[in-house]
Amino acid sequence: MYQYDSTDQTLVDERVAQFRDQTRRYLAGELSEDDFRPLRLRNGLYIQRFAPMLRIAIPYGLLSSAQLRMLGSIARRYDRSYGHFTTRQNLQLNWPRLAEVPDILADLATVQMHAIQTSGNCVRNVTSDHLAGVAADEIEDPRPYCELLRQWSTFHPEFTYLPRKFKIAVSGAPADRAATEVHDVGLHLTRDARGELGFEVLVGGGLGRTPMIGQVIRSFLPMADLLTYMEAILRVYNRYGRRDNIHKARIKILVKSLGIAAFREQVEAEWLASREFGSQLTAAQVAHARSFFQPPRYATLQNIDPLTADGANPGAEFRAWYRYNTRDHKVPGYRVVFVSLKPAGVAPGDMTSDQMEAVAQLADDVSLGEIRVTHSQNLVLADVQQTDLIKTWQALKKLGLADPNIGTLLDMIVCPGLDFCSLANAGTLSVAHQLQRHFDDYDYLYDIGEIELKMSGCMNACGHHHVGHIGILGVDKHGEEWYQITIGGSAREHSSLGHVIGPSVPQEEVAAIVERILDVYRELRHEDERFIDTVRRVSATPFKERVYGKNLAAA
Amino acid sequence: MGKILRLLDSGLTNDSVGELLTQADFLADPARHSAGGKQVGVRVAPADSVEELGPHLARVAVVAIEFPAAGEGRGYTFARLLRQRYGFTGEVRAVGPAVKQDLLFFMVRCGFDAFDLADGENLAEARQALHRFTLAYQPAVPLAAVQEPRFTAA
Repeated sequence: MYQYDSTDQTLVDERVAQFRDQTRRYLAGELSEDDFRPLRLRNGLYIQRFAPMLRIAIPYGLLSSAQLRMLGSIARRYDRSYGHFTTRQNLQLNWPRLAEVPDILADLATVQMHAIQTSGNCVRNVTSDHLAGVAADEIEDPRPYCELLRQWSTFHPEFTYLPRKFKIAVSGAPADRAATEVHDVGLHLTRDARGELGFEVLVGGGLGRTPMIGQVIRSFLPMADLLTYMEAILRVYNRYGRRDNIHKARIKILVKSLGIAAFREQVEAEWLASREFGSQLTAAQVAHARSFFQPPRYATLQNIDPLTADGANPGAEFRAWYRYNTRDHKVPGYRVVFVSLKPAGVAPGDMTSDQMEAVAQLADDVSLGEIRVTHSQNLVLADVQQTDLIKTWQALKKLGLADPNIGTLLDMIVCPGLDFCSLANAGTLSVAHQLQRHFDDYDYLYDIGEIELKMSGCMNACGHHHVGHIGILGVDKHGEEWYQITIGGSAREHSSLGHVIGPSVPQEEVAAIVERILDVYRELRHEDERFIDTVRRVSATPFKERVYGKNLAAA
Repeated sequence: MGKILRLLDSGLTNDSVGELLTQADFLADPARHSAGGKQVGVRVAPADSVEELGPHLARVAVVAIEFPAAGEGRGYTFARLLRQRYGFTGEVRAVGPAVKQDLLFFMVRCGFDAFDLADGENLAEARQALHRFTLAYQPAVPLAAVQEPRFTAA
């Protein structure tokens, strides 16, 4: 993985000193609340319902074991011994003390980490494919380009006060595991007719109040111009994006109002006029970035079947875990292991300090000392030898991180909701627990098969409900929590937005409604047809008609 | 006019420049305003278009870019356009209530060389804030006096 050089380290250290000074001035009354707000936001520090919330950047979701260990240690020392992994592959601490945040940042800097630009109207943490480098379908490892974007966007002098936040996702594979079509900019690594590496560039995707799927602005951008083209997009956005209404300030609104053709014309004109002044990537810079992401020295192994190898006859529990929580690796003899952060009774994405430290140790023992954070709020050990799988499973099971539910209904994405967030309308975590209690029969869950349930506590859509196969949105009705249900959304390649299938329902009925949706699916599905494929084939109409039948009092 | 922090010895003083004109007033008759021996200064508001100023910059000694609020970011782009696209070598001054020490580092790297500090700002602290970071990833605007060496010398 990437290692800081002296420039990276100096900048992060100087940032800590700067924020320490800003915090001191704020606490001394020299800096007003209004002046401090944009400064703390650019270090990921929100003031939430009960306490500040600190969002720590995990660039493109990649962690070393030393970094994960430090996160566990920070959560124990400065918070309540747990943290929350987010859909943007970051980690949030819910209970830090403002005066101690500079110390947290200083501790992070000792392991090449920071909280720079994890909030505020600037370029945010760049996200990517959690299977980067190990997926068999990959055209090219996206992480070197994520790192180049991280560096370029860090303290970019022109683009630190944009109309609104700006999120970039990069994918190097045809299967989109990074939700690139619902980002402000989505980048797809691709090759042109001559075999040169470059990017297909999408712009104007996003969720929130006005969900939109990104559109192609350029079908091939040469590698050398990655940063100059990003600067052209951002410059047009910085000048013409709306600043009068926070709900219309994202780039997607500008792209929509101009139309993609006119927006493209502006960006291309700006690019031609400004690229000579921008950061043209040299072949040496690209090669340097790539050098950090070369494949590790894998052992020469044969694929084995851990269910039968050496006369093994592991029990049903291991079989289920192997089937649901592990994935193919491109190198023979290895397997990708998911660490499920979705055990029953726990807020999706939460992890204790003890668990973080133990998984860090496990990564050292069986997975080359690296851990990835997925956008669906789990962790991944990407390089586990197949002969170590039983040992890995046993260790994870002991930690409560081996519930065999990856890709099932229980592997839901959920925002922190009313329990923590000052924007939320709804207690999404209570609903998550309701669903966990209601759907506790694994035979049933496995029969339903692959399905993505995503839940947000308000229109800001941090839980990506628009792109859930089943989406659940908390809404406020005269001070009461209600939930609007959508089906048919997806953030994979060929993304789609979900359709509302009926009036919103009271909190206590959410699990029953989800069950009725699944009943309709079980009735209508063809053999081995996934939920999303059935919805796409039959449309949302039969669900609308049958889910809101006689029994439930629709409001 | 509050405290102006100038990075270049441009010879400009508060008296040598006439009252700052709005871009619209200046563009209404660009030739008229150099009367009286004073040099011309033009204020650029966030909604203005610096492209319109481009052909007339030879008559202008100061472009004052307005920062009415901390979240207003268009001025950063204006400064880079003035320096890079139009080759403007006069003073690019940040003005307005948001011109405070914590933003100066970004401004200077976009090509600002003068800062009309907001009320309550401390000149010595503002100078220090320019040196808060000794390095940067992005290329700066190519104005000799405000490239990295100036700040590494801190």
